[in-house]
Amino acid sequence: MSVLQMQRISICAMKKDRKAILEDLQSLGVLEIDTSAVQDEELMRMDTLESRQAFEKNANAADQALEVLDEYSPEKKSMFASLEGKELIERANYLNVAERRDEILRKTNQIMALKKAIAESKAGIVKLETQKESLTPWLALDVPLNYRGTKRTAVLIGSIGSVLPLEELYQKIAEHVPDLDAVDLQIISVDKDQTCVAVICLKENAAALEEALRTLGFARPSQNVSEVPARQLEKLDAEIAELRQKIARTEDEIRTFADRREELRVFSDYFRIRAQKYEVLSRIPQSGRTFFITGYVPKKKAKGLEDKLEQKYSLSVELEEVSEEEDVPVLLENGKLAGTMEGIVASFGLPGKGEFDPSKVMFFFYIFLFGLMLSDAAYGFIIFLACAIVLKKFPRMAENMQKSIRMFMYCGLSTMVWGILLGGYFGDAINVISRTFFGHEVGLDPVWFAPLDDPMKLLIYSMLFGVIHLYTGLILKGYMCVRDKRYVDLICDVVFWLMMLTGLIMMLLPSELFRSISQMNIVFPAAVNTLAKVLAIGGAVGILLMSGRANKNPLLRIALGAYDLYNVTGWLSDVLSYSRLLALGLATGVIASVINQMGSMLGGGIVGVILFIVVFIIGHVFNLAINVLGAYVHTCRLQYVEFFGKFYEGGGREFNPFKENTKYVDIKEDTRL
Amino acid sequence: MSGIVWALAGAAAAVIFAGMGSAYGVGVAGQAAAGVVTEDPNKFAKVLILQLLPGTQGIYGLLVAFIALSKIGLLGGSPADLSVTTGLLIFAACLPIAVVGLVSARHQGRTSVASIGIVAKKPEQFGKAMLFPAMVETYAILALLISILAINAIPV
Repeated sequence: MSVLQMQRISICAMKKDRKAILEDLQSLGVLEIDTSAVQDEELMRMDTLESRQAFEKNANAADQALEVLDEYSPEKKSMFASLEGKELIERANYLNVAERRDEILRKTNQIMALKKAIAESKAGIVKLETQKESLTPWLALDVPLNYRGTKRTAVLIGSIGSVLPLEELYQKIAEHVPDLDAVDLQIISVDKDQTCVAVICLKENAAALEEALRTLGFARPSQNVSEVPARQLEKLDAEIAELRQKIARTEDEIRTFADRREELRVFSDYFRIRAQKYEVLSRIPQSGRTFFITGYVPKKKAKGLEDKLEQKYSLSVELEEVSEEEDVPVLLENGKLAGTMEGIVASFGLPGKGEFDPSKVMFFFYIFLFGLMLSDAAYGFIIFLACAIVLKKFPRMAENMQKSIRMFMYCGLSTMVWGILLGGYFGDAINVISRTFFGHEVGLDPVWFAPLDDPMKLLIYSMLFGVIHLYTGLILKGYMCVRDKRYVDLICDVVFWLMMLTGLIMMLLPSELFRSISQMNIVFPAAVNTLAKVLAIGGAVGILLMSGRANKNPLLRIALGAYDLYNVTGWLSDVLSYSRLLALGLATGVIASVINQMGSMLGGGIVGVILFIVVFIIGHVFNLAINVLGAYVHTCRLQYVEFFGKFYEGGGREFNPFKENTKYVDIKEDTRL
Repeated sequence: MSGIVWALAGAAAAVIFAGMGSAYGVGVAGQAAAGVVTEDPNKFAKVLILQLLPGTQGIYGLLVAFIALSKIGLLGGSPADLSVTTGLLIFAACLPIAVVGLVSARHQGRTSVASIGIVAKKPEQFGKAMLFPAMVETYAILALLISILAINAIPV
């Protein structure tokens, strides 16, 4: 249906136009370059790795500079910033930045240098803090740490690696150096793993004393500072303060670059685009004077591209249909409604070779099933409104995001319709509010019926919708067979199955089993009953005989047929799977009424109203979120497993054109194809 | 034991077991999701969805319990006078979601963990990653359906 047809385009042009042509192709973004098939000894490929890396480095530098700016001068961003999409800028603006790229690169480097300075200062502070810490035990000392004594006395300053009281120290020293008389020992500080001491003695005893102290684990302090510790501490504090100030100044300086943000973004994208161009340049074959590009272009844009290029340059363009064997990339186009399904299709797999785009058929079923699973008019309206506002407010949202939000908007509409049909407005909120706060109960009656009153009825309908959905899948398979003129496959794989299934369903409807489940009494005339049997048996025999037709061995063929016939159980489980439509629909409604009931527990009155409002808002937001998630996941499942299982495999390759693949801005195009 | 005790035990079992299963499932999936977010915070929304998937069983349990409670009139404050048979009927009707909820939520949680692994390595395959836990949930939905239909059909 709407897989865009591709054509192979081959361009041969003069080398002097190379840059201009590539730039044009890139800004048009309609051509996927594929030169893998071109093999010729004469043609050379250029090595552009080095310049590409240089460009990427610049782009990354700008990204990092932007990160730095965000760190020190954060931009005010709304909660919905991710919806805004890329900013659109004029091409003139872009070219202006391109021209001033050296200047901007300097700015980028400046920002990075400032950032580095901050990092260095911070490391400096850490270093000073460590010094401060090692100085703390010595603060009580009133001479410098490297003080060695006066003319006659020696001072030994250091720490002992264990906690020892003063008496014990004297005792230990006396044990080691018994003939020592003039020694003065002061404990400067004690903490849990060391004792800091200052020992004064006569110079001639110093060596012996130090030897004695060493046996106790004495060590001189590692820092060799010629200041009194307390003063040294002040100095360190001053240095730290200075570094802090320097950091603040540097941060301010970085902030002055905040208004350069715009430029940096464009700059980053400029180099990104150039790197992409050079990547392509390295892939295209070139001869001495000419170069050669070949690739895929959507057919409806091909002519325009050809005309545009021929007008502007002297070159040769050749268009040809793609051959059967080629691995052609897939691009979908489905317009505003069914286009919303493309994301869902793509996440299963784009249409493979010979398959068509299921988006259009899927669109109807997706919206229909989603609505039935959520089925609450108020929830539907909220979803619809929220999506509509977002779409209106952020017109430049990324395309895929826009598609998903539009899809949810339609799903919201469908939910609203189902809610009105099945009578859900925040569950039973209208009844509860009128009963609790206004004394008499009013309520909106469901237009169709309330599922909780008659769940079996909705269950039967769910399965009916399932049968329709699955039949559609099978018929689409038939459509593909007709399109490819595989009539035998059409009869054997589609018609026989349709016959058998229809026959079986027609046999089931008037049966006792169905009557007891559905309380519906269906009586067919005898002719119809006979027809049902004929259809079922005919289909079954057809499948038994024809399913294994690829096999020559008649026994094996019948065995394969019998195995295929067994797939009827698969159909049964597929149909039963649609019972989730009922279950999820009920879940929404019942949880909503639990919330309403909880809210109304305190009855009327001011307190009751406040409690109700709080419970109502929190509860319904929760219920909405969890059920939208459930409806989304299970609708996808019904599409992927049950529906696609009948006819669709996917496996196509996404169309990936050579374009300006930017990160921050979109550049306004002067011309479009 | 009078009927209402059995009925209440059924409602309690639905909430307790389905809730336990979901707590486990959401728990393990949450651990995996947190791991992914430490590497790449941008994947938060995607892994959060996967984490939430095993949480539904707990809600189904709540739902069945609520229907059961309102059926026996406990919510309105005037409990119905149930025979032991009716009470046992309601108890039995609650069992599918209680048992299947517990087991399926645990398995769904583990499947979610594996799917979070897919998202960590190949974020573009999110659609497929979401499908694996959803397959497990089918059985919880089937159990929920039978529990609801059964409770609804029991005359009180």
